[in-house]
Amino acid sequence: MLTIENVTKSFGGLTAVCGVSLQLGEIPITGLVGPNGSGKSTLFHMITGFYSVDKGRVFLEDREITNLKPHLISRMGLLRTFQHTRVLPFLSTLENLIAAAPLQRGESLVKLFLRPGAVRRDEKKNTEKAREVLETIRLQRLAEELAGRLSYGQQRLLELGRILMADPRVILLDEPTAGINPSLVRDLVQVIRGLTGGGIQVFLIEHNMPLVMELCDRVLVMDAGGLIFEGFPHEAVKDKAVIEAYLGKARDASKS
Amino acid sequence: MDYFYHILVIALIYVIFASSLNLELGYAGLYNFGHVAFFAIGAYTSALLSLAGFSPAASMAIALLCSAASGALLAMPALRLSGDYFGIATLAFGELARLFALNERWLTKGPMGLPGIPRPLGIEAGISGIPVYFIFTVTITVAVLLILRKTTMSPFGRALKVVREDEFVARAFGKNVFSLKVRAVAMGSLFAGLAGALYAHFVTYISPYDFSLNETILVLLCVVLGGKGTLSGPVLGAFVIIFFQELLRFLPIPTDWGRFVSPIQGMIYGAVLVILMLKRPEGIIPEHRTLQC
Repeated sequence: MLTIENVTKSFGGLTAVCGVSLQLGEIPITGLVGPNGSGKSTLFHMITGFYSVDKGRVFLEDREITNLKPHLISRMGLLRTFQHTRVLPFLSTLENLIAAAPLQRGESLVKLFLRPGAVRRDEKKNTEKAREVLETIRLQRLAEELAGRLSYGQQRLLELGRILMADPRVILLDEPTAGINPSLVRDLVQVIRGLTGGGIQVFLIEHNMPLVMELCDRVLVMDAGGLIFEGFPHEAVKDKAVIEAYLGKARDASKS
Repeated sequence: MDYFYHILVIALIYVIFASSLNLELGYAGLYNFGHVAFFAIGAYTSALLSLAGFSPAASMAIALLCSAASGALLAMPALRLSGDYFGIATLAFGELARLFALNERWLTKGPMGLPGIPRPLGIEAGISGIPVYFIFTVTITVAVLLILRKTTMSPFGRALKVVREDEFVARAFGKNVFSLKVRAVAMGSLFAGLAGALYAHFVTYISPYDFSLNETILVLLCVVLGGKGTLSGPVLGAFVIIFFQELLRFLPIPTDWGRFVSPIQGMIYGAVLVILMLKRPEGIIPEHRTLQC
């Protein structure tokens, strides 16, 4: 579905991502790992249009989406979460979900006043869907609570739920389990697995290697802006280049 | 009694003016420091057209459209700037509008102002027309508040709140942030223009001195004091501020101190605004029960 050809991004003299190409193909869950500063989030920002692409091209199925505006990419079914939780604190949990529904006719001022029936139908449909999503992410009890009052882990679940509202085809998750407690990680893993059952492709950044090995069907490793490994998770942890990227070069004991 | 109606009409005009700013400030999170410009555009357009012989009602309608259009025209370049810089650009626009009215004498008669603006719907000029004008203003205010209620409680209003809370999230979920903001400013300007037109036809004389930065601060205070992001907040804020201002007239101030009153009033408003922002940013009527994390 998602294909990236040779993309590059520089900030002044620093090249954050350098000539990365990859294809998600038909693989349900792909993991992206790499040390801090290796360009993973930058890559996500470029795919979703938040950063411009200096060189290279990005395709969603056969449509080129290079440097399209983020909201247009999102409307094509490529959704993302952010590295830090970004729920809307002063809207309720339910409103957070409903607001995420794409192309609501009630967001047009003209239709709001001239086609109130259509607007009401949209709103009803979106509310029903939001209630379903609430069940999926197991937050029914907190529907009317302000999202800012949810725990960190619940906010992460809400972020996932928000994505489901948009009928995504591919979702990009930036460190979905960072900073949440182990029992909620289990919930989250189940929700993510559930998504792939519904035909949604997942591409996620994750630092927790045991989780990557458990969850991902394939793993990509980045270091210093380039892709250094592509393959099965259990091979990644044995790969010499990957180990060096994470732990540094092994010193030869006999020479020291 | 006519004096009381007079104050009520002014308060209602400020209700519309403050509510229009609230759409931008409270819902879309846009700090527009030049909102008085659209009040002025509405007032001058309607006044000039009706003095040129158009019916006052038609002049008011055209004035609304002019205000909305100029709002959109300002918003498009100014919204390329973010946060504080948008505020500065609008501040400059507010001054620009005032200086235009002051200096383009061929059109606005400059500091002499425009006297003899007729009232709409055959309402009498002078004091005798005030009660009828009051009813006229009440009707319009109610209509404006109903429209704003529908707008802010709709998916459009919710999308504005999403933009206010987190632009990145809004973009990530397919919202055209720029377009939403332009529409918020255009609609805000439309109602500011309506307030301006109502003002011009009520007092029947306008001059550039009616549209200074003070007015922007006053209306900002109405919104922040009442409670931004709520429908009733700016209504309450406008009544509190206008009645407070009128009460000042009854203070036993020696006449030769009169020249100090206006600057001191400005200082008090400024101080109240700063204190509110620090101590009670949600205003008298909060949008939510307070968040305690």
